[in-house]
Order: sequence, then C-alpha cells, then structure tokens
Amino acid sequence: MSVTHHPSDAVLIAYGAGSLGEGLALVVAGHLASCPRCRDQVASLEAVGGTLLDEVAPEAMDPGALDAILARLDGLPADAPPPPPPAAPASLKLDFDVPPALSASLAAPGADTAWRVVGPGVRQLVLHRPRVPGGPTAMLLRIAPGRKMPDHGHRGLEMTLVLDGGYTDAMGHFVAGDVAEVEPDTDHRPIADKGRDCVCLVAVDAPIEFRGPILGPLQRMFGR
Amino acid sequence: MVGVMVEDERAALAGHLMAVAERRDKAAFAALFAFYAPRVKGYLIRQGCQAAQAEDLAQEVMAAVWRKAGLYDPAKAEASTWVFTIARNLRIDAIRRERYPQVGLEDGARELPDDRPTADDMVATGQRAKLVQRAIATLPPDQAEVIRQSFFQDKAHTAIAEDLGLPLGTVKSRMRLAMIKIRAALGEQEP
Repeated sequence: MSVTHHPSDAVLIAYGAGSLGEGLALVVAGHLASCPRCRDQVASLEAVGGTLLDEVAPEAMDPGALDAILARLDGLPADAPPPPPPAAPASLKLDFDVPPALSASLAAPGADTAWRVVGPGVRQLVLHRPRVPGGPTAMLLRIAPGRKMPDHGHRGLEMTLVLDGGYTDAMGHFVAGDVAEVEPDTDHRPIADKGRDCVCLVAVDAPIEFRGPILGPLQRMFGR
Repeated sequence: MVGVMVEDERAALAGHLMAVAERRDKAAFAALFAFYAPRVKGYLIRQGCQAAQAEDLAQEVMAAVWRKAGLYDPAKAEASTWVFTIARNLRIDAIRRERYPQVGLEDGARELPDDRPTADDMVATGQRAKLVQRAIATLPPDQAEVIRQSFFQDKAHTAIAEDLGLPLGTVKSRMRLAMIKIRAALGEQEP
C-alpha cells in the first residue's frame, strides 16, 4: 500500500477523544480505511479513553436509575450489526473504493446529489453544510488532470484526503489514502497528476457556532 | 487519580459484558451499571455537561450497552474501551447533533484490508489496555495534561493551546511526545 502521508498525532488524538468536527473526522475515518497503522493508533487512543473512564471520579446516579433501566430492558431488543452503507450513486462516477464512512455521508440528508462545476476543470460536491454561515465543512473536489485546485480561504485547520488519482504541492506527492493537513494562511495550490481526475475529500474545522438558548436557535433559523 | 485498575476487575467487567451478550443476564448488567454509569456520568460532567443531562446521557449509554452487547468483540477491545466509544459517540450525537464518522469498534467493525505481516506487531487486546494504562500513568505531567485535556474537554488542539496559554506548536509537540511514549509502550516502531 502506498499511503505515506498520515494525520498528525494531534489530529489522531482529537479523533480518538471525539473532539474533532464531523468534516475532519470524516477525513480521518476515510484514511483509516486504508491505513492499518493509523487504525492501531486510534485503537490505542480509544484504550486511553477507556483508561481515563476507569479512573474518572464517579458521580452518583439518581437513586432509582438502575431500577428504572432494569424495568426497560425487556423492551430494548438487541441491535443487529449495522448494514453496510449504500453504494454511492453511479451518476457520481466514483470509480474507486469509496471508504464506508464516506458512502454513509454521501447518502446522508443534506449531501449534494450531483457534481457542480465551480471553475475550469474543477467540480465540487458538498457533503456537510454547517448549521451556521461560513461555507461547507466537507466536500468532494474532482480536479481534471493537470489542473490546479481552486484558491480558497479557511480560518481553521484544513485536511485533504486523496480518494483517487494524485496531486503534487510544496509538501510532496499525494496519492489515494494520503492525508494533508494545511494550517490557515498557507499558500496551498496543489496540481492534479496528469492522466486521470484527482478526487479529494476536503474538510475544515467546524465554524464557530453560537451557543445558548437565544442565539443558537436564531442562528439555526436564519443562518443558512 | 483513582487507583490503577487490577486485572481481576478488568476480566470481571468483560465477563459481565459477555454474559449480557450471550444470556441477556440482568444481574451482570446491574454490575456493569454499578461500575460504568457513575463513571460515564462523571466523564460527561468533566466535559461540561449539566448534571441532569449527564444523568440522562449516562442512562442512554447503559441502554446502548444492553442493546449492543452482542456486537462487542473482546478480541478487538477491552470492555472500558468499548464503553468509552459508545459514550463518546452518543455524546457527539446528543450535544453536537453530529454523527461521528468512525471505523467502528462500537458496531463490530467491518473487516478492513490489512497487508501487514500478521500478529507480530499487533498487540493483544487485554495487553493493549494494560500497556496504555501504564504508559499514561508514567507520562511527564505536561504531556499527561494535554492528553487529559483532549479527552476531558470537547476541544481540539487549537482550543487546548488557547486554554493553556501555550503556543499551538508546543501543544502539538507535547502530543507527539506522548504518542511516541504510548507507541513505545506498545512496542510499535516510529514511522
């Protein structure tokens, strides 16, 4: 396997801990599908989570919580193994092994169902739109052979997972399974390899979201 | 820090989980509840949940433990690791209203290609938990702090750096050093 570019330890830790936004977590999950080494790292980090759970100061549950749940158990059937996610629609022409986490995202409500041309030789398919303004947090890009990726701004960390084809930029040559982490304000204009389209999953940190009972709902209502 | 978990306790919890999986054993479930529910609640409160929400979520996590016990594979993860992933995913679902894309322990992961030579460099599950526990206990305080912050705050490294008043590069390098120690404890080679 030719994966040589991995997520940083900081990103793997955030993924294991559960503090990575949905878009970036999708990039990591996609990489894990083709990288046994990083799967081991995540397994270790989940074991760290288990260790910290063992050691955390327990907080007493409400009296009666156990009885209440015991009374419910018979009505809670055992889960069957989840079915594999549906295959990506053939119309999207994803002629490569689509990581299972990405198939699930493609099928999720809110994901685009068709490619959209966003520039010469560049098509885009948005996977997640945040509930707040600030642009999508995850999208697929399909770059024609030899084309440059479009210029784009991002405030937080941006991560790219190559799904098919390859590209070259100042950080090196990236092929399917490779991940690039790009800090904000980096001049980052990868050029797709010649010969075939380069398909990438690009994700950014979740944009800032207002919390609280008033601003949160207002933002969700009007912030699209 | 609460005392280091002894092997007998670890084995007992895994046994209870298997008893729930195989026989829908309610006494075994009650034992799991006694151990995990207060810890999941404590964990959620450390992460900033209000007590009432932490109580509800901890109950939901335990209900999921009952439903998913049959999907638990002791060869893939130790009991506490598995419960942690359930709690992590449910919390993200409930609080951020996001679905966590994962290559799942929780759902009994689909087999993924692994072209490495078998066994030699893979650590057995029980072994992994023990070695990780020991590695965490012996990390230098500044590295242990960034790891704990990562797990106990719902924050990625940028926000942790802000909280600690440290440059991002310092936080990332502490994380890297901590991971080098964890990998070394597991006998993994540095890439």
